[in-house]
Amino acid sequence: MLSTSAAAWTTPVVDYHALAPEIILAGGIVLLLLLDLFISESKKWILTPVASFTALGAFIPVLTLALSDEGARSMFDGRYMVDDFSLVLKGLFLLAGYVVILLTSDHLREGDYYQGEYWFLLLSSILGMVMMASSRDLISIFVALEFLSIPAYMMAAWRKRDLKSNEAGIKYYLLGVFASAIMLYGMSLLYGIADSTLLVDIGKQLGEDVTAIRAVAVLFVVIGFAFKVSAVPFHTWAPDVYQGAPTPVTAFLSVASKAAGFVALVTVVYVGFPGSHEVWQPVFWILSALTMTVGNVMALKQTNIVRMLAYSSVAQGGFILMPLAVAGIDGVANSALRAVVTYLLVYAATNLGVFAVVMVVSRKTRSGEISSFGGLFSYAPGVASLMTIFLASLAGIPPLGGWFGKFAAFQSLVSAGNNWAYALAVIGGVNSVVAFGYYGNIMREMWMKPVPDGDTAPVKIHSSLGVALGITGLATLVLGVFPGLVIHFGDIAGLAGAFGN
Amino acid sequence: MLVNQFLMLGAILFCIGVYGVIARKNAVLVLMSIELILNSVNINLLAFSLRNGSTDGHTFALYIIAVAAAEVGVGLAMVLLMYRNRRSVGLDELSEMKG
Repeated sequence: MLSTSAAAWTTPVVDYHALAPEIILAGGIVLLLLLDLFISESKKWILTPVASFTALGAFIPVLTLALSDEGARSMFDGRYMVDDFSLVLKGLFLLAGYVVILLTSDHLREGDYYQGEYWFLLLSSILGMVMMASSRDLISIFVALEFLSIPAYMMAAWRKRDLKSNEAGIKYYLLGVFASAIMLYGMSLLYGIADSTLLVDIGKQLGEDVTAIRAVAVLFVVIGFAFKVSAVPFHTWAPDVYQGAPTPVTAFLSVASKAAGFVALVTVVYVGFPGSHEVWQPVFWILSALTMTVGNVMALKQTNIVRMLAYSSVAQGGFILMPLAVAGIDGVANSALRAVVTYLLVYAATNLGVFAVVMVVSRKTRSGEISSFGGLFSYAPGVASLMTIFLASLAGIPPLGGWFGKFAAFQSLVSAGNNWAYALAVIGGVNSVVAFGYYGNIMREMWMKPVPDGDTAPVKIHSSLGVALGITGLATLVLGVFPGLVIHFGDIAGLAGAFGN
Repeated sequence: MLVNQFLMLGAILFCIGVYGVIARKNAVLVLMSIELILNSVNINLLAFSLRNGSTDGHTFALYIIAVAAAEVGVGLAMVLLMYRNRRSVGLDELSEMKG
């Protein structure tokens, strides 16, 4: 029965330069585990710089790969691809991971425990994301997805004795595993249809015609990733997990984990199902419209800042999904991919910045309520101004990064030029205005309201948190003023195999 | 090859698993239902793999088994944590956060 398996074994060619980011991360992870095991408790502080240098060290080969002009590097019969698309997202994951390390090292001063294991899990999750950006095969996508998710489940439940953190971990775990099981069922059907796990082959085999089994396969895979990006109606875990997990973990989940979900979604849709757009375009249309609307409406009535940011990040996910609803129309695929990649970069910088500010403020006020931001400007004008910039960017006010991300998304909808695209653009427009309601509410608290407890001692910002605020603030401003720096990263030519190229 | 029968078995297991995840309120039973779905996926993959004579499906199934083991390890640890803190594994009692 297994008659064709007699081909002679040949050693696969391994391009070590292309794999260097993954190798450095893996080396750093092993080093961290060994150090944590053998060094004494008083020297554990050394783990933090080791984790930071691992993330930054893995960023160096990403840069050298981007600067080399060899083009896309394909390994293992095209199952692992290092092209421009994957490189820019690897860079995003590594830098976002570095900012989360900075946020956490600040958080550790609060007296959190088990830092060795924490760094190990955080870097493992980043390694999974870096692998996800290059995966072009069902098996490697699945392994990368689990590699980035399983550590994230544990990080969400990090505070072992805290009931909220417990609940966050269990909810995230059960829904996450359920979604990936559904996705796997879709993948098994895809394998049956295409007789191959390679996404390019699946793209060729699926073709244009829609049958029930093909529709089910595509739908299940999309649903699996829709959970990861917390698209409504698969978002129910997000607010609880974000609220219950430690704040740096929340920042990590809402930025890096979500971006990884979008990367997988884009690869699968662009390389794997280019012909089946009649199936996935309506799905993305509905998901996007629901995600924006429900996310915004729920965010309006929140009083807890982290919970509000959770719904805000759900709503932002709707905007990132928006261009995918038209990506199958001739000539729009390129601008849709540009919009998704640009939006992801901007959203990552801005949202990490917001969480950094939330950590600064909640440290002082010991409260998670939005009202605790009252009068922030009077005692911490710098932090209040930065927060205003981040919130304005999330709301999409020019000339900040978020404005450009939204602009690119609307542009791809308009260039699609059909009524469905216009309708989605109108829904998106209304939602951007609604979103200003809750972002503006925080601004009003900071600038107009009095300090709730009258304590106007200036806030202390440790150096690591200051660096995180600096990086994210600068990125938000620069991406808004000079979007040309990143927009070409989303060119479809950079995604090898997309739409049969 | 009787691929159809295998696929029917896979589909039935999948449906039982999905029903279990939605209907059960006990964390351990939900975990078991998820395992059912994963096994239905394995049956599908092996059936397709036998039909087309390639080993990709076998490899995929082996990966799923290995990753599922890791997942269940984490899952049971969390259920244990929940039991320690609450003396119960009922999912409907998880309502610290709402809205």
